[in-house]
Amino acid sequence: MDLSFTETQDMLRDTLSRFLADTYDFETRKKMLERPEGRDPGIWRALATELGILSAPFTEEQGGLGGGPLENLIVMEELGKVIAIEPYLQTAVIGGGALKAAGGAMADALIPGIIGGDVIFAFAYAEPKGRYDLARIETTARKDGAGYVLNGHKAVVYAAPWATHLLVTARTGGSGNERGGVELFVVDTKSAGVTRRDYPTVDGFQASEVYFENVAVPGEALLPGGMDLIEQVVDEATMAVCAEGQGAGRQLHELTLAYTKERKQFGQPIGRFQALQFRLADMMIEAEQVASMTLMGTLKLDLPAEQRKAAVSLAKAKVSKSLRFIGQNAVQTHGGIGITVELAAGHYFKRLTMIESQFGPADWHLERYEALTLPA
Amino acid sequence: MNLDFSPEELAFRDEVRAFIAENYPAQLRGKQDEGGDLSKEDFLSWHKVLAKKGWIAPAWPVEYGGPGWTATQRYIWSEETARADCIRIMPFGITMVGPVIYTFGTPEQKARFLPRILSGEDWWCQGYSEPGSGSDLASLRTRAVLSEDGSHYIVNGQKTWTTMAQHADWGFFLVRTNPDAKQQEGISFLLIDMKTPGITVRPIITLGGEHEVNEVFLEDVKVPVENRVYEENKGWTCAKFLLAHERTGIAGVAASKRGIERVRSIASSEMDGDRPLLANPFFRRKVAELEMDLTALEFTELRTLAGEAAGRGPGPESSVLKIKGSEIQQRITELALEAAGHYGAPYFRGFGEGDNEHPIGPDWAHHTAPSYFNMRKTTIYGGSNEIQRNIIAKMVLGL
Repeated sequence: MDLSFTETQDMLRDTLSRFLADTYDFETRKKMLERPEGRDPGIWRALATELGILSAPFTEEQGGLGGGPLENLIVMEELGKVIAIEPYLQTAVIGGGALKAAGGAMADALIPGIIGGDVIFAFAYAEPKGRYDLARIETTARKDGAGYVLNGHKAVVYAAPWATHLLVTARTGGSGNERGGVELFVVDTKSAGVTRRDYPTVDGFQASEVYFENVAVPGEALLPGGMDLIEQVVDEATMAVCAEGQGAGRQLHELTLAYTKERKQFGQPIGRFQALQFRLADMMIEAEQVASMTLMGTLKLDLPAEQRKAAVSLAKAKVSKSLRFIGQNAVQTHGGIGITVELAAGHYFKRLTMIESQFGPADWHLERYEALTLPA
Repeated sequence: MNLDFSPEELAFRDEVRAFIAENYPAQLRGKQDEGGDLSKEDFLSWHKVLAKKGWIAPAWPVEYGGPGWTATQRYIWSEETARADCIRIMPFGITMVGPVIYTFGTPEQKARFLPRILSGEDWWCQGYSEPGSGSDLASLRTRAVLSEDGSHYIVNGQKTWTTMAQHADWGFFLVRTNPDAKQQEGISFLLIDMKTPGITVRPIITLGGEHEVNEVFLEDVKVPVENRVYEENKGWTCAKFLLAHERTGIAGVAASKRGIERVRSIASSEMDGDRPLLANPFFRRKVAELEMDLTALEFTELRTLAGEAAGRGPGPESSVLKIKGSEIQQRITELALEAAGHYGAPYFRGFGEGDNEHPIGPDWAHHTAPSYFNMRKTTIYGGSNEIQRNIIAKMVLGL
């Protein structure tokens, strides 16, 4: 057992954190969000080419740094600290993770593009009526000669307006929430029949409702693995958003702590009051537990499926609860200014709130954990 | 970074398992199954087995008699002893005064006291709290006055909540040696032979009916000056050191794992209507959340240990372990009592002489209420959880 990061991992963190400190202060981020495309593509380009960050989770044969989930943890935590709106989760963790696991011609073709910054993924898995059950989908993929034809509506696809490729879950058979027949497809966003309705999200990203109308894709668009692969990729993504929440949650605690040392009422800094001291202590305790659970879940991603799922669900349940606690108490401690868009704190609160339910909220994950570990 | 045990660590785990299986005192196992109270001899029987093996003080440096284990080995040890449901080792000598003596003591004090702590020859107790000094420990008033020739102190005062003092051979006491200095600066750390004339120990009975804690009265108690650890009026340094030490051990992760295991097993056989209690959605959610919080605590402790191995801490962060660990211990007893249902109520006084009637209700239920009552202490002792939050606010957050 060894819980220390390697020197290479420390370097990765240092490089990224220095870059983000220079490029992602609150005012700059605000200007990015105001641009027509809702981001600054130059940042992504720099992450790929200047820093080489996008190669972190890929093997050396694939042109990567030979990392995996721990490298994703580091990158996501640092991105979380500045509430970055970069599509690392969708592209490197989810798109890259699926390609890495599936291998084959599609992986060979697209991974170099991810590393170079040219390929951006969006994950089209959610549907208007499916909630968090990954198998409850109605989008179909009908076999047509060597290829497939996709039809359906995918909901709230983060980063879709920026994406070159979509990773789409669709049914080749079965119905309801049957696992059998659910498959994962790589679809070029420019394919005929793909239409989008784009919109900003409350936490600063851009997303789309994506419609597939008789979208023809070749046979190799299907990444073999079905629900097992989809669940593995989503578990990896779940731990990545936990890491993002760890970074954002700690930063929000720091901002709140600094505020209680500056803000004066009744002739003294409000941090002198025990009611607020206890709250700040409790926020720190929650932030520590987020870090502990993020590490636990990440280190257990390579366990057999049942154990992996139980660990990830336990982690996400705790992280969701703790982030809600941190976010709500940060706003309360800031008082009126906390509910305005003026301060960074409110923007952290918004992202943390979306992370709470991303890939399933606490109740959903506790239920999955119970089903896996407690007798019915 | 990884969670796997190396082949050496796996071999160590097997060695520990085999040792416990072969050497854990059989009469102890029997008593635990019956749920009876454990005597001083019971506690010492396991202590002495470990002392002989050289495993009684996992965290002590090798030069003072520790086994030289790595953090991972210590983790394995606590996991395995909890897994085998071994009784706990009394902390007052091994985890409390021992480290104070080897850190602050003179060579003579080390040679005199440490071997007897290890062997179990001396049973220790802790004289900290006073009737007027609970959370505000530094306000303590037990007075120690140095004799004119400088050879001994005369101690007068009263201590309280002194756990297991009824068995103790020795006690470590915080006493006031300078009443004029600022509170923390006038305190000294004394080792006192409990057989010294002038010491009276009176029991305090707690809610579960146990005699665990006592009042200790000191009336003109003569303590040789060589029994003072560290400098006069610098006892607070020892006290703070000890509190930080106590807090890391206080997380109790392995024992809580065992406790939840017990609740799970009870709730899978107890019926709630036509389903096991564990299938009741409300009860199972509480079990799941408890496991969630215990896992968070376990990994917080592992991170703390890894930090320690890298030369950081245990600092004020150990307050986090104390707060979460104690809350979890309480929630486990809460769930066990809930599981007992009606049979939480009968008051089981233990088997008396010649008792051969089966006690009321299922065996596991006898101690659910007393344990629940008893464990309310965990958020109060070792620096109450409110004091821990004060420590975090001041020492970690700089408020």
